Amino acid sequence: MRSEPRVPVRLQEQEGGWPRAAVETVRREWLIAFRNRQDLMNPLVFFVLIVSLFPLGVSPEPEFLRQAGPGIVWVAALLSILLSLNLLFRNDYADGHLEQWVLSPQPLALLALARVAAVWVTTVLPLVLLVPVLAVMLHLSPGTGLVLVLTLLVGTPVLVLVGAIGAALTVSLRGSGVLLVLIMTPFYVPVLIFGTGAVTAAVEGASITGHLALLGAMLSLAVVLAPLAIAGALRISVSNG
Amino acid sequence: MQFDSFQALITMGGHGAYVWFSYATFILVILGLILATAIQRRQVIKHHRRLMRSEAQRHGSGGKTHNASGA
Amino acid sequence: MWQWFHKLGSPKWFFGIAGRLMPWLGWSALIVLTAGVVWGLLFAPADYQQGDSYRIIFIHVPSAYLGQSLYVAMAVAGVVGLVWRMKMADTFIASATAVGAAMTFLALLTGAVWGKPTWGTWWVWDARLTSMLLLLFLYLGVMALRGAMEDPDVRARASAILVIVGVVNIPIIKYSVEWWNTLHQPATIKVTEAPSMPASMWVPLLICLLGFHLLVAWLILWRMRNDILLRERRARWVRDWVLAQ
Repeated sequence: MRSEPRVPVRLQEQEGGWPRAAVETVRREWLIAFRNRQDLMNPLVFFVLIVSLFPLGVSPEPEFLRQAGPGIVWVAALLSILLSLNLLFRNDYADGHLEQWVLSPQPLALLALARVAAVWVTTVLPLVLLVPVLAVMLHLSPGTGLVLVLTLLVGTPVLVLVGAIGAALTVSLRGSGVLLVLIMTPFYVPVLIFGTGAVTAAVEGASITGHLALLGAMLSLAVVLAPLAIAGALRISVSNG
Repeated sequence: MQFDSFQALITMGGHGAYVWFSYATFILVILGLILATAIQRRQVIKHHRRLMRSEAQRHGSGGKTHNASGA
Repeated sequence: MWQWFHKLGSPKWFFGIAGRLMPWLGWSALIVLTAGVVWGLLFAPADYQQGDSYRIIFIHVPSAYLGQSLYVAMAVAGVVGLVWRMKMADTFIASATAVGAAMTFLALLTGAVWGKPTWGTWWVWDARLTSMLLLLFLYLGVMALRGAMEDPDVRARASAILVIVGVVNIPIIKYSVEWWNTLHQPATIKVTEAPSMPASMWVPLLICLLGFHLLVAWLILWRMRNDILLRERRARWVRDWVLAQ
């Protein structure tokens, strides 16, 4: 739990309308993130830990790592995103911030989208930027590492958007960490399949544009639909409290 | 009838174990669902009985307190 | 039509009509299922390729079909519940989850058992089996979410959202799994009906499918009646009914 004083909301300002509210949401998220650096570090450390368990637990053979590496990185990224999403709306729910969101004149779906975008930049992007280092440790070729980063850049926003629906649904529940993993993992399967599929295709020398296009299609679908579901779920959770 | 003897029906040309196991789990799963639903029904009825009994007791023993709380 | 819809929203009316339907559904389910299973086990001819092991089809296909269609039905109920705030919609979701999960589990298990004589192994990451496994996870997720929530209204709306999000995802999951499957293991034998199935095989399959539908309808109505009794515990008619038992 974060112990620092909260950054005040500025959603009530009249001028600017929803673009202003969205910008303020992003700005506030960044301020909070900057003041709670440990919260940002945890998913990163978790990510690296999970990845390093595989050479220890299965085999440090470069041949094995080359083959399994992209899948390991993807699964580890997926898990650490799921774990960090558990906290996505937790504090805002506890301090009544979410109620202000729901009551504010700005469209809730848009605020949710801004929030998710900010969270992606602050917690997931560092993780993606760490992947080249891990790629070297897993004996992946530079080209493969690059493709891996590319697929993660397109795929992880989908994971955050879809996972935020679950986070919004379970925010009012105590001990919802495992629950979130349980209800959200099946939804992550398509992203995982096409993400790792692109890397496999790249290793085999095939074109990856098809995979990236499919991931992009999922991303656009998620950007349009997920905020609506997040908004609906937040309304339910807030009405509960 | 596809099978000449009872023996043939049981073994099914070597596949008997798989086929009969599948049908046995099918029956078990269905029976499990039926049992769970029957237990559910009994518990609901029990719950209601208990609820009504406790309310009847409250009404019977202290009409006054009930009135007071209602006022 | 709208009057009927309104009646459907009334727990008391639904409870009564379900009670009257149940004996019919239950007994016809028993008769039709027995007929279909006996026909399939004893009288349908053996498959020329798979021999007698294909007889698992008479429970595998109906349970797989129902496992999938029940999830879609739950999503429809979820939309109805969110849009019209109909209480019976959540009663349906509450009652259908366990039945749908059981059907999906049965489809998985029979699929695995069928795989042993057909593929020589209990489990193959076949596209159909894998998507059934994911469907089972979706069901378990709905059950977990419902189990964690206490407030009935919140539980109703939250599980409706989850089921709707799930049904949007099912085609994507199915498509991705099929694509993944062709990538990793081309040309496996399919655990499905041959393209040209003789009538002596598909007629008992159809009868079993009908029997499964009757059985599932009976079970769900029964569970819905239990759920109504619990929800409407304050209602006069519920107490009268309980006293009459």
